[in-house]
Amino acid sequence: MEIPYTVNTRPDTGLWNAKVGIWLFLASEVMLFGGLFSAYIFLRLDAEPGMWPHGLLNVPVGTMNTAILIASSVTVVLAWASLKMRRFWAYWWYMLITILCGITFLTVKLVYEWPQKFDHFGAFIKQEALEKYEPYLGNHHLEEKGLAPRREITGHLHNKAALSDPNIKEYDIALDPVNADPTNPANDRPHFLYQPSTDKIAKIEKEDVEYASMFEPRHSAYFASYFTITGLHGLHVLGGVIVFTYFWLPIGSKLYKRNPEHLANRVEVVGLFWHFVDLVWIFVFPLFYLL
Amino acid sequence: MDSSTSLETHHDTHHRAAAHEEHKLGWWRTYIFSTDHKMIGIQYGLCGLIFLFFGFSLMMLMRWQLAFPGQALPVIGNALGHLFGPGSMPDGKMTPEFYNSLGAMHGTIMIFLGIVPVAFAAFGNFVVPLQIGAPDMTFPKINAASFWAFGVGGVIMLTSFFVPGGAAKGGWTSYAPLSVVADTGPTFHPFWNGQTLWLFGFVFLITSSLLGAINFITTIIQLRAKGLTWMRLPFFVWTQFVTAFLLVLAFPPLEAAIIMQIMDRVAATSFFMPTGMIVNGAPLHISGGGSPLLWQHLFWFLGHPEVYVLILPAMGITAEILANNSRKPLWGYKSLVFSVLVLGFLSFIVWAHHMWLTGMGSTVSAFFQTTTLLISIPSVIILSAFFISLWGGSIRFNVPMLFATAFLPMFGIGGLTGIPLAFNSADLYLHDTYYVIAHFHYIVAPGTIFALFAGIYYWFPKATGRMMNEFWGKVHFWPSLICMNVIFLPMFLQGMLGMHRRWYDGGQGWNVAGETVWGQTGFQWNTWISSAAWIMGLAQIPFIINFFWSIRHGKKAKENPWDATTLEWTAPSPPPHGNFLSAPVAYRGPYEYSLPGRDVDFTMQSEPIQPTEHVRRTEPEPEPVHA
Ligand code: HEM
Ligand SMILES: [Cu+2]
Repeated sequence: MEIPYTVNTRPDTGLWNAKVGIWLFLASEVMLFGGLFSAYIFLRLDAEPGMWPHGLLNVPVGTMNTAILIASSVTVVLAWASLKMRRFWAYWWYMLITILCGITFLTVKLVYEWPQKFDHFGAFIKQEALEKYEPYLGNHHLEEKGLAPRREITGHLHNKAALSDPNIKEYDIALDPVNADPTNPANDRPHFLYQPSTDKIAKIEKEDVEYASMFEPRHSAYFASYFTITGLHGLHVLGGVIVFTYFWLPIGSKLYKRNPEHLANRVEVVGLFWHFVDLVWIFVFPLFYLL
Repeated sequence: MDSSTSLETHHDTHHRAAAHEEHKLGWWRTYIFSTDHKMIGIQYGLCGLIFLFFGFSLMMLMRWQLAFPGQALPVIGNALGHLFGPGSMPDGKMTPEFYNSLGAMHGTIMIFLGIVPVAFAAFGNFVVPLQIGAPDMTFPKINAASFWAFGVGGVIMLTSFFVPGGAAKGGWTSYAPLSVVADTGPTFHPFWNGQTLWLFGFVFLITSSLLGAINFITTIIQLRAKGLTWMRLPFFVWTQFVTAFLLVLAFPPLEAAIIMQIMDRVAATSFFMPTGMIVNGAPLHISGGGSPLLWQHLFWFLGHPEVYVLILPAMGITAEILANNSRKPLWGYKSLVFSVLVLGFLSFIVWAHHMWLTGMGSTVSAFFQTTTLLISIPSVIILSAFFISLWGGSIRFNVPMLFATAFLPMFGIGGLTGIPLAFNSADLYLHDTYYVIAHFHYIVAPGTIFALFAGIYYWFPKATGRMMNEFWGKVHFWPSLICMNVIFLPMFLQGMLGMHRRWYDGGQGWNVAGETVWGQTGFQWNTWISSAAWIMGLAQIPFIINFFWSIRHGKKAKENPWDATTLEWTAPSPPPHGNFLSAPVAYRGPYEYSLPGRDVDFTMQSEPIQPTEHVRRTEPEPEPVHA
């Protein structure tokens, strides 16, 4: 006996097997990312005032990546539709575009966005030393306006050795615009466009620092969740790209000759997965870049 | 998702088709890298049983320390000290760290490498496709991947015993922040340490469960035989169906939590680490801002559904065996099905009853107290239906039936003693005492594990074509039943006397309030409990011998040795690759025992309805016709 309904639908359920399977898998994925997003909410609600940063990510680049992913969701539908109409070469081209979109997305993340963060530095100032660094923090100004205080000074770290060498007693930072000019009302809210560090240098004594590190996962609850969630999302993108590539290369697409409907079904299933990955990003983008 | 695998068609209708297939696929493909659901089920079953025994052995070691704290373990103590390395049992005396490792790994292994693989993966894989008349699982390759992910997870967990510092010590619940700071520092490797390996092992185990669960649900939805409508499914299939849903929906949040704990340990993040942590007198150099409660919520969001993963398949097995051996239809099939669905649903909204001590406030705790009490209703319905099913039956007390009937009161005790825990105020006292240990062990040990034994004795002939020995089965059953109760019954009292569940000295230091019952303190009962545990270990020997001996030498079994009604008994024993010689069709409900007007007291699901038949038990009775 053969396993039935691998390609054809079962009459009473109206489904073929892999379609049931992928929806269940997506349900589990919803719970997986749901767990991570609820952790994000938990941590953010728990954060003390001023401890949840804003405007640290590059919004235009994020917007571009969002557009790329959405475009790829369209092309993968077109690829599937082409298979349904038995136009193999149209499928081939649409699939290629989808794959390239996925690769571009990952490249932007791994070559540009993440390394840029790893190269950025931030130091949380101890409560009792906040007054000392008032020229960089502008908390009096913020208090007048009823805004949350700043606890952190960020920028480009000049003496990287300070991170590991206990004999170096201070950090030399080329300040970010917010800390260079903290009372400027233009800096009250996060900027939409990316702003490079200024050439104004500040010295921060380690004694006064509660915790300092590069913008790595360990830096704060914000970056911990940012890297964990985008990292896991990136792995999903990678998985999708690998499977698409398999169906696009002759080794996977030769199924077309034997049973084009079967290949269409497979592309549909991975396409559903791809839409889900897209959807996750639609949550990631506002949560980390905008809010 | 690969669904292309097809099975070869059988041209020979011979019963020896299985042998023929082995010849074609070769030894490796048949026994090791198999994609056949039956072989995968057997693989899961054997591995799971071995893990169960291993996990039980860890507990037998702990029971020495609890009964005779600080004394050297005779005979094997030194050898174990060498095996598990320095810091485990120097001079045969167990260190506190090793005790903690044993406890954490006992829980982890029993639940995730023992019971779930046997109750869900092994029985589900072997029995479900046969019961629904399917040739295999929908995704055979994914099924094999599930087994191998389980294997990798198991190997990682076992390896963790032998890294410097030993296996994880944070309990099966791995509460942060303890679990994040444990096994770190100069004497530990940053990666090859017990707790980190525990986390990575878990990632594989979760993957395995997910792949399996998705496969099960798809198979049950898509591959039911012709005529096998939802309300004709054997109850066992329903329980597996709901269990699979629990796994699909509850495991991923734990996976999220595991990923975050891995980040905390490996990348020094602070998901679960609050600001201002002091460890060993020094502040930790971390960013802080995390929440230990977050871990508890995510853990118990899995943890509670997980306990139903442990019990539902056991209920399913029991149902099959009770109906078969009372020669009566299962009482209240529909209410059983709906109860199990309600149980599945409710099990997602009770998790915080494990967290009463976290001070969640009266509104939240009122909600969780209510849901926890609600969930006991369907449990009681199921148990009552089982008891009523026995009423007026002509019961055959063979070995499967002995284990299945023993399940009922044992599960009953475990369930009823959960009710005091459901009340916030009572639990403040009972939490983290041996009372809780007794509560859930009554459900899982003499409950679930007995149901698993019942299932093994019951489906053994289907898997091997031979029966297990009845006499040795009884020799296995009676001592196990007695020992189980000698072990766990006193624990309720110990808990009520205030004995904490994780004490290293078994309560000697505190001597459990010094109160005496029958001239003994709670601490002194440890000797009895431990002796019973060791005797129970011995009582498993007849089972082990019986199991392996019967594979070759047991009495030969025909297709349907128990005169049962469900579809798996229409396939040859053992079923060939592809299972059925011709596609089965179901014409009736699953438990048509003792239909009136027949010469045999069972009517199989595959028997067409006779024109003369009036009553079909599991479907509504026809309206009386008035002339
Ligand atoms: C029938 C109704 C049940 C109720 C009202 C109930 C209630 C509870 C409560 C409130 C706790 C927390 C106790 C504490 O930590 O202080 C608990 C613990 C536990 N229950 Fe139940 N339970 C029920 C059934 C079950 C079932 C069917 C299982 C299945 C195996 C089970 C397994 C467990 C386990 C494993 C724990 C301990 C977890 C741990 O702390 O390590 N319970 N139960
Ligand atoms: Cu619970």
